[in-house]
Amino acid sequence: MIPRAEDAHWLAAAVALFLGLVLIAELIVGREVFRRRAWRAYLFPAAVVVASVGLWVIVVFSTFSTMHLLAHAVWAQAALVAGAVELALVRGKLTSPRWSLVPGVALFVSGFAFLVHEPNPWLYSRSAFLHHAIGWMLVIVALFPLGEALRPRQLVWRTGFALTFVLLAVFLFADRDAAPIFGRFGLGGP
Amino acid sequence: MSSEIATSIPREERRQGVARRPWRTLAVQLIGPLTIVAGLMWAVAQPYRIVFLDRDGRGLYDYLFQPPLLVVAVGLVFTFVVAPGLVEDLEGEEHRDSPS
Repeated sequence: MIPRAEDAHWLAAAVALFLGLVLIAELIVGREVFRRRAWRAYLFPAAVVVASVGLWVIVVFSTFSTMHLLAHAVWAQAALVAGAVELALVRGKLTSPRWSLVPGVALFVSGFAFLVHEPNPWLYSRSAFLHHAIGWMLVIVALFPLGEALRPRQLVWRTGFALTFVLLAVFLFADRDAAPIFGRFGLGGP
Repeated sequence: MSSEIATSIPREERRQGVARRPWRTLAVQLIGPLTIVAGLMWAVAQPYRIVFLDRDGRGLYDYLFQPPLLVVAVGLVFTFVVAPGLVEDLEGEEHRDSPS
């Protein structure tokens, strides 16, 4: 039995929330202390790679719409590349801060895919509203890795990147397959 | 000098067990509990999201994915898996940096 879309989104929200908390903790303690234990250093890149595998699974099983399939394939590929680059950065195989451009491009492409594969306007339903909101959010927050690549010493970029995952979790937890945008307050939906 | 006017300077004794806790350590320790509290508040605000309270016609995935409980679970994992090691390493770092 395949879970409903909202179930998968809530699970993704929990993972995003956990990653957001881990990134916030890294900000608080500093990168040197955070990476003192290898499992912590590899946690975020490994989670991104595992998430990409999960997205590929969705690509395989979720074939009811071509745009839906293509969008998930784009997210899966973007997450895989970004995760691989993050792994190489932690491992020390890559050292230039310019490599932060890759996660930035991955976020931008993911946001673009969100916007393209939603056929309905903003106020059609909660699902449509959240697809637009998440899409534009990802397009905008792509600036954080871009800033990290160009001015790596400023804390604001990493702070924004960490909070991005918390905000993404909030949006995904709010998702319902069929519901008005603001619940009992109405607006849109079936 | 009269001893009634010039009193002794109170010694700054360090109370045992009340060592100052740096804000970083406290912040890391608060992340998990605050997340748990957020999940519990959500459960109270939207009890219909908790399947255990309304079991009619519910499937396996309804029990596995209950958003407020997922938030609580994330907070628990952070509190018991991530935070202790971070606090230990942070205190070790501060202990090493402090003048002996």
